[in-house]
Amino acid sequence: MDNAALKERILGLVPEAEFVENKQFLTFIIPPAKMHDLARSLKSEADLAFDYLFCLTGVDMVKYLEVVYHLESTSHRHMLVLKVRTTDRENGAVDTVCDIWRTAEFHEREVYDLMGIRFTNHPDLRRLFLEEGWKGHPLRKDYVDEVNIVEL
Amino acid sequence: MKEADFRDNETLELFKKSGGNILMTTIDAIIDWGRSNSIWPLTFATSCCGIEMMATGASRHDFARFGIEVYRASPRQADVIVVAGTVVNKMAPVLKRLYDQMSDPKYVIAMGACAVSGGPFFYNTYHVVRGVDHVIPVDVYVPGCPPRPEALLYGVMQLQRKIRLESMSKPRQTEELK
Repeated sequence: MDNAALKERILGLVPEAEFVENKQFLTFIIPPAKMHDLARSLKSEADLAFDYLFCLTGVDMVKYLEVVYHLESTSHRHMLVLKVRTTDRENGAVDTVCDIWRTAEFHEREVYDLMGIRFTNHPDLRRLFLEEGWKGHPLRKDYVDEVNIVEL
Repeated sequence: MKEADFRDNETLELFKKSGGNILMTTIDAIIDWGRSNSIWPLTFATSCCGIEMMATGASRHDFARFGIEVYRASPRQADVIVVAGTVVNKMAPVLKRLYDQMSDPKYVIAMGACAVSGGPFFYNTYHVVRGVDHVIPVDVYVPGCPPRPEALLYGVMQLQRKIRLESMSKPRQTEELK
């Protein structure tokens, strides 16, 4: 499926999806509540068949926190990027997709560890890299570490 | 580097002042000659300096000319640990354990800006050890990002000269960090 057809297909599934112009990949911003259902149809429907989540990233854009999903279909060879945003910095939560793409389990733990975005229904949401007792999430823009980081 | 520059080394002059009788100095000379020309490094590289260390070991620059050709995979067989790359807080205990497992006499070369001082990029963060000398005592510092193979060879030669000045009457004390 080419990008134009894919775009129509996604907008058919989620009319609220916001298309982002001029990106390397076909990119949509998806409302958090719709993400899990959309992910399930992307994986299961035969003409989409996105069976490979090749990257899951957390981004701190100061005004909001963002989770970025890079998807690929290994049979149809088309790619798609989805973004989910949350403005709640304290308890911001996004539905997990690790029941759909198993690889998301560790990716989501990493995002939780370093960016502090929670994933609801995640089976084992612990820190991945940092120690258990670590305070804060160091890749956030507002992270303060008076011992190690010199503010310039 | 000019030959004359290499000969000029103040620490060398300082070391040479140590006393000793004729028999001891002769035995020392033989032992030091043997040891300094057979330094086995530990395979330890945490980032891009490791690639340069491999280049130094490969045929063009050829570590082996100085007798340090055999990279050991076990710290118990290694004489020198070339810390090639950034050491993060999580890696520091592992590095300390590797160093402790090496048998005496053991030497440390801090290779590259990261091992010397935390590095040009990541030093102002939550997770980087600012210089490997916070964890283990360092014999030779090789600056650069990453250092050219020639620079590492120069560092190795400095280490060899350091070893050649050792004496059995005054065995090397591995300094413990406070």
